[in-house]
Amino acid sequence: MLDEFETLFIQHFNDNARSLAYYLEKMQGYTASKKALAMPQDEVISEVKKSNLRGRGGAGFPTGMKWGFIPKNSTKPKYLVCNADESEPGTFKDRDIMRYTPHLLIDGMVIGAHAIGANTGYIYIRGEYTREAKLLQVAIDEAYSKGYLGKNIQGSKFDFDLTVHRGAGAYICGEETGLLNSLEGKRGEPRVKPPFPAQSGAFGGPTIVNNVETLAGIPYIINRGGEWFSKLGKIEKSGGTRLFCVSGHVKKPGVYELPAGSVTLRQLVYGTCGGILGDKKLKAVIPGGSSAPVLTADEIDVIVDIEPLMKIGTMLGSAGIIVVSEDYCIVKLIRRITRFYEHESCGQCTPCREGCRWMEDILDRIERGKGREQDLALLLEVADNMSGKTLCALGDAAAGPVISFVKKFRADFEAHIRGAKCPNV
Amino acid sequence: MGTKILSKKFYNEMIQLEPRYPTKVALLLPALHAAQDEFGWLSPEVMEEIGSYIGIHPAQVREVASFYTMYNLRPVGKYHLKICTNVACCLRGADELVSHCEKKLGIQCGETTKDKKFTIMEEECLGACGTAPAMMLNNDYYENLDVVQLDELLENLE
Repeated sequence: MLDEFETLFIQHFNDNARSLAYYLEKMQGYTASKKALAMPQDEVISEVKKSNLRGRGGAGFPTGMKWGFIPKNSTKPKYLVCNADESEPGTFKDRDIMRYTPHLLIDGMVIGAHAIGANTGYIYIRGEYTREAKLLQVAIDEAYSKGYLGKNIQGSKFDFDLTVHRGAGAYICGEETGLLNSLEGKRGEPRVKPPFPAQSGAFGGPTIVNNVETLAGIPYIINRGGEWFSKLGKIEKSGGTRLFCVSGHVKKPGVYELPAGSVTLRQLVYGTCGGILGDKKLKAVIPGGSSAPVLTADEIDVIVDIEPLMKIGTMLGSAGIIVVSEDYCIVKLIRRITRFYEHESCGQCTPCREGCRWMEDILDRIERGKGREQDLALLLEVADNMSGKTLCALGDAAAGPVISFVKKFRADFEAHIRGAKCPNV
Repeated sequence: MGTKILSKKFYNEMIQLEPRYPTKVALLLPALHAAQDEFGWLSPEVMEEIGSYIGIHPAQVREVASFYTMYNLRPVGKYHLKICTNVACCLRGADELVSHCEKKLGIQCGETTKDKKFTIMEEECLGACGTAPAMMLNNDYYENLDVVQLDELLENLE
């Protein structure tokens, strides 16, 4: 399936690709930023709008439209921040972009910075990616030394400074305003919105936060045109290719690149990834990182893209697809997911802080065979008290999966409660 | 201010970084990382010195340091094993790695061996789900692990 089209990223995912020499020679390196720097800002933004590029971090917001939100007449310094926190469980694509094609990201950031008028940029990378942070720094140093970053980039009179900023282990810093607080040297607690970052973001200046894969797609849009990029997508309102991260019980887990909207979940799991480990039966698929509501084995004939998944009550998120086979305990799984959100809740909003803890406690006792008949109703009530009642999306990210697991696998929970054991294991 | 605990290398790094940010407080995370690289953990004295360098109260340093799991507020072993037990790693046998480690080293997660050589911790998602189960040993990733490989790795550290 992969051979039918030219991939933007994956064909370059090898250790030879990360040097500046490779980027210049094999990937038309820095020709895109040179071209963009000669274009008026509006034209760059309009090209990105035409591309139908939608944010690859999870929310799927149209990138060109986001860039257009930056106020033109602001006198405050503006910032472009790359969200490389990649903290959503099940997601591991940005790591590959950073370690194999760091220059593509830098090139994209120069273009984005010019489009929004920012002279300063940061790559906020999760702290655990120490190796990737070093590799990025090497690439940034190379780019500075050849005039692709810094003052008067490629003779354009445009200046852009780029700094790698390491996080330190906090899921919430993937949330853009939590990230900005963390960048400013604070606890990574999400901010009250509005104001949105485009008005007042990093250090009080207008700021755009974009995901790694989003920014790495930009050079292609500039070099080959927004329309070309848009047509790569096989579904309305979603351009380009998409990196899918498949993990869990499949024969060939990994990062796959396919045109947006070109495959169903079934094709991805049974075709691309070779089917279920040990040829077992499929039990469940989490389609968009652990925050996404779960799908049962009967629900996988769905196109893996933003709108189709939204229509069936879940989400594509960061395209982290977690596959679960028949013999894994579904209660254990959701308890582990909930423990994660309990651990990562920043504690600012009561419904999230308390709700995560309650859900974890209830799930824990159900899994241990100590659950009570009324626990499922209680679980749903707690989840309902969290949904949409918090400053950021973490509350929903914790509640949504719990609601979906209880509704779709109720029999498994009841078996734990009534029989005090797991029916699958 | 008495004698400085943090090295000249630390201060040089900070001086180089300072112009990259519009505020000095933004140096806090990089400073905590650099200090931890030096001492393996962040003692109250180190946090106080960082606070006085940046110009914030030590409590503010601690408030930030304690928010992030990567900062060690207690000493850890020479080899710090952080085993991911999040969803994808669990599906691929991370629990087995944890219990094997605990048994072999005779400590529970969150503890350090008496000889201060090993600390084991359960870690949240490391972003290596396609090559699960994964763990970090100090700053390095080890992926596609099984019990045999983990044993080999641990024995080479002993």
